[in-house]
Amino acid sequence: MGTAQESATNIDINGQKPGASVGVLHPHVVGQAEMVQLLDVEGVRHADATFTPYIDALTAETVRGFYRDMAIVRRFDAEATALQRQGELALWVPVIGQEAAQIGSGRAMQPADYAFPTYREHGVALARGLDLADLLKLFRGISNGGWDPKENNFHLYTLVLAAQTLHAVGYAMGINRDLAAAELADSGAAEVIDPAAVVAYFGDGSSSEGDVHESMVFATSFNAPLVFFCQNNNWAISVPFEVQSKIPLVNRAGGYGMPGIRVDGNDVLAVYAVTQWALEHARSGKGPVLIEASTYRIGAHTTADDPTKYRMLAEEEAWKAKDPLIRMERYLRAEGLADDEFFEQVKHDGDEMAAHVRKATLALDSADIRQKFATVYAEAHPLVAEELAWFDQYEASFADAAAQISQGGAA
Amino acid sequence: MKTMTIAKAINEGLRATLANDSKSFLMGEDIGSLGGVYRVTEGLKAEFGAHRVIDTPLAESGIIGTAIGLALRGYRPICEIQFDGFVFPAFNQITSQLAKIHTRSDGLLSAPVVIRIPYGGGIGSIEHHSESPEALFAHTPGLRIISPSNANDAYWMIQQAVACKDPVIVFEPKRRYWLKGEVDTESAPSDPFKAQVLRAGSDATIVTYGPLVPVALAAANAAQEEGRSVEVIDLRSISPIDFDTVEASVNKTGRLILTHEAPTFGGIGGEIAARISERCFYSLEAPAIRVGGFHMPYPVARVEEHYLPDIDRLLEALDRALAY
Repeated sequence: MGTAQESATNIDINGQKPGASVGVLHPHVVGQAEMVQLLDVEGVRHADATFTPYIDALTAETVRGFYRDMAIVRRFDAEATALQRQGELALWVPVIGQEAAQIGSGRAMQPADYAFPTYREHGVALARGLDLADLLKLFRGISNGGWDPKENNFHLYTLVLAAQTLHAVGYAMGINRDLAAAELADSGAAEVIDPAAVVAYFGDGSSSEGDVHESMVFATSFNAPLVFFCQNNNWAISVPFEVQSKIPLVNRAGGYGMPGIRVDGNDVLAVYAVTQWALEHARSGKGPVLIEASTYRIGAHTTADDPTKYRMLAEEEAWKAKDPLIRMERYLRAEGLADDEFFEQVKHDGDEMAAHVRKATLALDSADIRQKFATVYAEAHPLVAEELAWFDQYEASFADAAAQISQGGAA
Repeated sequence: MKTMTIAKAINEGLRATLANDSKSFLMGEDIGSLGGVYRVTEGLKAEFGAHRVIDTPLAESGIIGTAIGLALRGYRPICEIQFDGFVFPAFNQITSQLAKIHTRSDGLLSAPVVIRIPYGGGIGSIEHHSESPEALFAHTPGLRIISPSNANDAYWMIQQAVACKDPVIVFEPKRRYWLKGEVDTESAPSDPFKAQVLRAGSDATIVTYGPLVPVALAAANAAQEEGRSVEVIDLRSISPIDFDTVEASVNKTGRLILTHEAPTFGGIGGEIAARISERCFYSLEAPAIRVGGFHMPYPVARVEEHYLPDIDRLLEALDRALAY
């Protein structure tokens, strides 16, 4: 099963039990092998009383769409990696291997829901409807943002990890305030606020940051409509998961008093279903949920990283066998939900998207320092104005000097 | 005109904000039923409810981090950090997140979060309860930093901070919380980011802010008895700094003394000295002189009187300036 609340397994991690003393906690641990899985590596469906109904409610078109999205993101990832290798991006953060965790969770969200990503949520960005080319502005040195977060309810990437989990909790607390204010307003003039929830993305590495702890304290204390979505990809750059935690992260949920779900993060159907369940839980006023999606960072941490220095090829190969796209293709073909024509079309769409991303990226060839002066503050600021005036004068002095030279004048 | 303490003036300013701006609310540690450790928020929870005056978990990063999220949702959070020395767990959220959100979103987002911090020493307190960390935040582009020194400013500046679209840190001079003054709740307040000349003079200028304003005024009065005319400027805003007002004064007096409780090294006084040496080079009769804390962590209470700038140290600096 894998839900911390519903089916904890008693693993004796210390090799001894303290007996039946009152007030002594002996941990009941959800183990590594336990997780919600609806589609195994062979592409065979497995039933779960709680979560299967979420998949049964989907049309074949939607299920095919999950595969399509995952394939599009993988193609995008390859294109961005190539752009970095060709010197067009300063850095790239590959997402290969984590497509199911991101498309499954992203597709479970409603338009009014809000996502707070790390810097690797390219799949969630696609699910939220962003133009993927916008993600590359950050990595090309054009913008430290790159898109309007309010357009798709997809916040900017956060690079100092874990900070975004607190922003997500605050945003979710704001949703609760909006709902309370709407309730208080006169019934005739009441603003209609649809219940919405927030998804806070983070990883196994940032789970060790204090902000993740504080965000879980605030979220549970204030009953925030929030889903903590942890992609446990097993590596924080070069440091293995075991250094962050000796037991699966889902077990932390109980300590904060919220439900936890451990899910096969390479099974897009399971991720979609558990995220739907968690979002419904959050939207209905029952408070936050922690999801731990077990997945693997097949690629390097970034294009500046070299995984051969710290991990074994055999481990990567073992995880490649659990690839989220392969199992989904097997399932779609076996069930007759998709044929060769579909897969060829997906490949064609991916290439088309990649060409668009490349073209849009290469067209971004400069940024404007004056726009940076203009956005430090929202209101006028005398020091910024003074420094900009100096800069303009300084720049103009080169033009004056050039004009003098072209006129044959000498200083 | 009403006479009240600085603490009461902030309380009244917060009351006016909560009444006028339905999106505003207070959040912090012990600010609800207790009314804050300095009672600055006393009575506000009873009047506006727990929904508008929120006791948070004991987690400063959590307070500022969630305030950012609430601001992104359209709210105006007013956060209290209980003591100056307790702000550092929130340093990343303030300097890396809050200060940068407007520029990294290319101006699409703003997070108008207000952070109130009681600061400074002179109260005989224990470690981490007497610090002056304002320069660390003034060094961070994207933040605005103000510090009232009297009840009227205290009443208005908190309201102006909440109305500002940028994040604002209000450093409250805690040893002056009980200093009484007149508050004009009717007339339009002055620009919170402009300095004020509190006392005119012709021989030297003392620039200060927050808790040392009364000390600077007392030093100027003492100097007057010796026949020296000292101008006193209350900076009021530490970021931005109103260099124009300081420049005009120094062009007149030719001598500049800068004083704050924070260590002088890398501090606000050094920044003003450098700027004024550029702007007033031909008017200066003496180098700018800084009078501030020493390069040591804030010392134990039994010796803090030696650390804090006082009237005698200002008069000594004045003697040095006039000796050139």
